[in-house]
Amino acid sequence: MAEVILKNLSKSFGKDVGIEDVTMTIPDGAFVVLLGPTGAGKTTTLRLISGLEKPDQGEIWIGGRNVGTETPAQRDVAMVFQQYSLYPHLTVRDNLAFPLKSPILNTPPDEITRKVNEVAEVLQISHKLDNKATALSGGEMQRVSIGRALVREPSIYLMDEPLSSLDAKLRTDLRVELKRIQANLGATLLYVTHDQIEAMTMATHVGVLDHGKLVQFGTPREIYENPNSLYVASRLGLPRINIVPADLFGGAPAGARQIGMRPEHITQGEGLEAEVQRVEHLGDQNRLHLNLQGHAITTIADPATDYQPGAALKIKPKDPLCFDAQGQRIR
Amino acid sequence: MSSFSVTEPSKRSKWFAGTMVVIYALVTMVPLAWIMLTGFKSPADAISYPPKVVFEPTLEGYVNLFTTRTRQTPEFLEANPPQTWYEEIVREYDMVIAGPSKFGERFLNSVIIGFGSTFLSIFLGTLAAYAFSRFKIPFADDLLFFILSTRMMPPIAVAIPIFLMYRQLGLSDTHLGMILLYTGVNISLAVWLLKGFIDEIPLEYEEAALIDGYTRFQAFYKVVLPQAATGIASTAIFCLIFAWNEYAFAVLLTSGTAQTAPPFIPTIIGVGGLDWPAVAAGATIFLLPVMIFTILLRKHLLRGITFGAVRK
Repeated sequence: MAEVILKNLSKSFGKDVGIEDVTMTIPDGAFVVLLGPTGAGKTTTLRLISGLEKPDQGEIWIGGRNVGTETPAQRDVAMVFQQYSLYPHLTVRDNLAFPLKSPILNTPPDEITRKVNEVAEVLQISHKLDNKATALSGGEMQRVSIGRALVREPSIYLMDEPLSSLDAKLRTDLRVELKRIQANLGATLLYVTHDQIEAMTMATHVGVLDHGKLVQFGTPREIYENPNSLYVASRLGLPRINIVPADLFGGAPAGARQIGMRPEHITQGEGLEAEVQRVEHLGDQNRLHLNLQGHAITTIADPATDYQPGAALKIKPKDPLCFDAQGQRIR
Repeated sequence: MSSFSVTEPSKRSKWFAGTMVVIYALVTMVPLAWIMLTGFKSPADAISYPPKVVFEPTLEGYVNLFTTRTRQTPEFLEANPPQTWYEEIVREYDMVIAGPSKFGERFLNSVIIGFGSTFLSIFLGTLAAYAFSRFKIPFADDLLFFILSTRMMPPIAVAIPIFLMYRQLGLSDTHLGMILLYTGVNISLAVWLLKGFIDEIPLEYEEAALIDGYTRFQAFYKVVLPQAATGIASTAIFCLIFAWNEYAFAVLLTSGTAQTAPPFIPTIIGVGGLDWPAVAAGATIFLLPVMIFTILLRKHLLRGITFGAVRK
């Protein structure tokens, strides 16, 4: 396992910016999650580190070596692709053994058997080991794909939305399992996801990308509680943060154009009057969709409350986040 | 990937389709069957009218194909009774076997040249197709068009220049010369067909192999080649059929050492009258290698390209 450092890394594809001037340190043993919408440069970052793409500018250091001229094999990275690219002509067992049999690792046969069985056990695919890779369901393919990375102990694991096509239960199981494996091995892991729960529960660090630029890097709590822009604030949080004009409630600092209130950061019973439009009973909480002078607001309430659509409810922000005209945070 | 339901075809359309396939098979197989039957006929039966479907089979055609024979005096025949079953067949015409014919050699030439050029075409074609499919090559489209343009005229149109060049280079009537020639004709077909097949193989597999610790070339032969097997098999069959059946260049450029079977078989006709059973026997034996090759590779031809392991 190793520390990975990106220095001023840039890559564009013709006119399209892949990533631009990204500098980031992934500490040894860290679980770093990259967040950002499609096209923000998450996958490009993984591909640059793996060596599948060459950067236009900048350096990549893995475990203290500049890997600029190294091939993907020499970099000693493992990657789980978003397209789970299992070798269709091989069985599940041979797919899992494939990295171990490479000329670089050249693992002895009994060691291969042991590792493959161990990983298959963890990923609950032991009973499918002798199937052809093409004779699996989507979820099984994705687990084999994760397994092909986990049989190794590389400098860094790169994972591109590895849990996205699994059903909810398996996703929860594997999320816990991945975190446990990472913690046990002390593995360094760079993980791309859209899923907030994955980001919040697994990450030691979160990096937020916007149009190829790294706009904030910090612990999940920092990113959630202390975003430095409107963009970062809206990347995490479900339901999403409510954005309203700064002068709606008054009391905003000078220069503030908009304020952001997370659903749980709204005090009920005082302030401005809003109309309840819709109530969602989630069991552990009620989710209220409000209309405040034409602005849609989502907040949460105790499950015992009994609001009906059309009811009036006074609300007031609690410690709102203030943003200027450019969407930058005002502290 | 989209899924669509396919309704089971009705009994009547199945029956209709089955009938059409049988009719088509009959139409294409009658000439082949006729050639095979003729190989076992006596010369008289072979040319009888109306044609005979039921006849007394004889191996005369095959004996004549593989041997040269001379007529002998009755005294000689009397003094030397036939030793083997094939000599007995020849004796009916007051002949004795003088020695083996050239058919065996010519057939072996066909095997060497046919399979040699097929192997070379596939070997070079696969490498070129992979490069065209995966690497950024300057003027790739123009190069591909240039490669294809070698097939835009009938190859025989350049027969004279090739004949002259081969004579200068000492390639006339050599195995190497014929292998190079057939490879040159087949390579454009091989590159184009194989490029299509390799284009179909998603790049992700090679990228995965590169990260799994393999070099580019190892990824090529461990991951790309097995998946291109279908395409390689069908391309190989096309190449072999061309090289195997080629007649015009073989007549022009070979006469002895490297002569293939196609120009040789018709020469049997000239030896001692119209020996149709021997010609048919030669054609039958000549058909076998391509047939066996095709049957061996049938599995790959029918299997089709694997879908489903890469999520699109």
